[in-house]
Amino acid sequence: MSVLIFAEATKGQYKKNAFEAVYYGSQLAKQLGTEAVVFTIGNGSNAAVLGQYGANKIWNQDSSKATDSQVASALIAQAAEKAEANYVILSNSALGKSLTGRLGVKLNAGVVSGVTSLPDTSGTPCVNKQVFSGKGIACYELKSGKNILSVMGNSLKPEVVGSDVAPENTSFTEPSTGLEIIETKTVDGTVPLPEAELVVSAGRGMKAPENWGIIEELADVLGATTACSRPVADTGWRPHHEHVGQTGVAIRPNLYIAIGISGAIQHLAGVNNSKTIVVINKDPEAPFFKAADYGIVADLFDVVPKLTESLKKFKQ
Amino acid sequence: MNLLVCISKTPETTAKISFTDGDTKFNSEGVQYIMNPYDEWYALVRAIELKEQHGGKVVAINVGGSDNDIIIRKALAIGADEAVRVNGEESSSLFVATQIANYAKDKGFDIVFCGKETINYNGSEVGPMIAELLDQPFVSFASKLDHDGSAATIERDIEGGVEVVKVNGPFVLSAAKGLAEQRIPNMRGIMMAKRKPLEVAEASAVDEKVIVKSYSLPAGKSAVKMLDPENMDELVRLLHEEAKVI
Repeated sequence: MSVLIFAEATKGQYKKNAFEAVYYGSQLAKQLGTEAVVFTIGNGSNAAVLGQYGANKIWNQDSSKATDSQVASALIAQAAEKAEANYVILSNSALGKSLTGRLGVKLNAGVVSGVTSLPDTSGTPCVNKQVFSGKGIACYELKSGKNILSVMGNSLKPEVVGSDVAPENTSFTEPSTGLEIIETKTVDGTVPLPEAELVVSAGRGMKAPENWGIIEELADVLGATTACSRPVADTGWRPHHEHVGQTGVAIRPNLYIAIGISGAIQHLAGVNNSKTIVVINKDPEAPFFKAADYGIVADLFDVVPKLTESLKKFKQ
Repeated sequence: MNLLVCISKTPETTAKISFTDGDTKFNSEGVQYIMNPYDEWYALVRAIELKEQHGGKVVAINVGGSDNDIIIRKALAIGADEAVRVNGEESSSLFVATQIANYAKDKGFDIVFCGKETINYNGSEVGPMIAELLDQPFVSFASKLDHDGSAATIERDIEGGVEVVKVNGPFVLSAAKGLAEQRIPNMRGIMMAKRKPLEVAEASAVDEKVIVKSYSLPAGKSAVKMLDPENMDELVRLLHEEAKVI
């Protein structure tokens, strides 16, 4: 018996989503009185840090095909078997989402993706996840002795509970597949939206793409990631990956500042799990105010620079 | 090309969410159902475009009861050539994936399309499960797909960007925004849909591994605090001291 955690590396580095998965898995292992085994694919040399978040052992398999779900799921399944794991924990990231279902079938295990808290293991285990795009919570009963859980980002705060653990290399069998990874195109230097704790988002109220300077300045002072509403991404004012909402990225940061966004229900579906929502809109009837914690009815071109100034003062 | 598109039925996006039977079932009273937007707008339309480009056929598949026929007819009206409904209650992602994989396994589909998630259970589980059951590659969150008849080049959304992959041979894909543009069925499509074949197959039993024990609603938000636009220092103070987010 053990908990196996798949920790995902992003460009060879372990980041928040990996720490969250490891911390969740180590807390679960503690709850079950067993050990937390972390498995990584690709860059073992940086994996020692995962010990700080509770890994008892770290195994690494050298492979360049970590993002091919057929390869990664085959390797994780072999690690799970070696560890005799009854829980496999992943991040609910783009990669994690392509693995949970596969692993469930491969290991003949139950699957719950996007869990928001540790399972209650006092009786038949039960775990919560959000459903209906955040408008409901479902408690899933885990009827199988083996379960695959993926952890929703920002649903727990990883804490340092241990120290570095030296990774051991594994030599599991890597299947050959029909998929070839050509290249990865990502924006450097910013925290990707799903991992961001602070988000500044703007919509059609900005009137034109050249007006985004005040948004970027605010995000810069705050250390926030920028986002946008669907119409803004659709018209090409902002890049596609910045679009948050039902059809874009769903996020749950600690702070979401919505500027010049009316708050259509499809937009809210992607952001309504943010811990604190600030809405700036000149229309007092904008539906977003109903979902907000703090609201400001004002011309955004007037109030956003003022907020930036106040934040600069606060940061000093 | 021989293309299979998995379509799911979901409550429409603005539906009020509540639960019944001691919070063990979704309350469907007064709820309008639609085809899951990712399935309809992106997966189905891109499959139809590929058929228009390369020839072949598009089969739409749904797992559910006869109530679902209305959304299956819509898929036919948009341009699917034929449809199959596996008759059974869509009780879990494993149940649905098993039915679809059983149907697809000996029919030689070049691509099995799914939406990136359903908007009710948000699991993204069915696509990878089908891929595993069929032992095929899976490409999640595809926002661009080109196919030259033998190999596909796909851009898939990842955190903060895209990954470009090439796939030889059959595969399963989940469709994200950008893969295609929504198509509205026209009158001719709607009339033709009535004459297109809709096969009903019986579901096979699945050993369920997870079940929803109960539902609840998230804690309600407290009322919004409206602030003076002239006093942004106050907002900063509240974010720091009250909300504790900065």
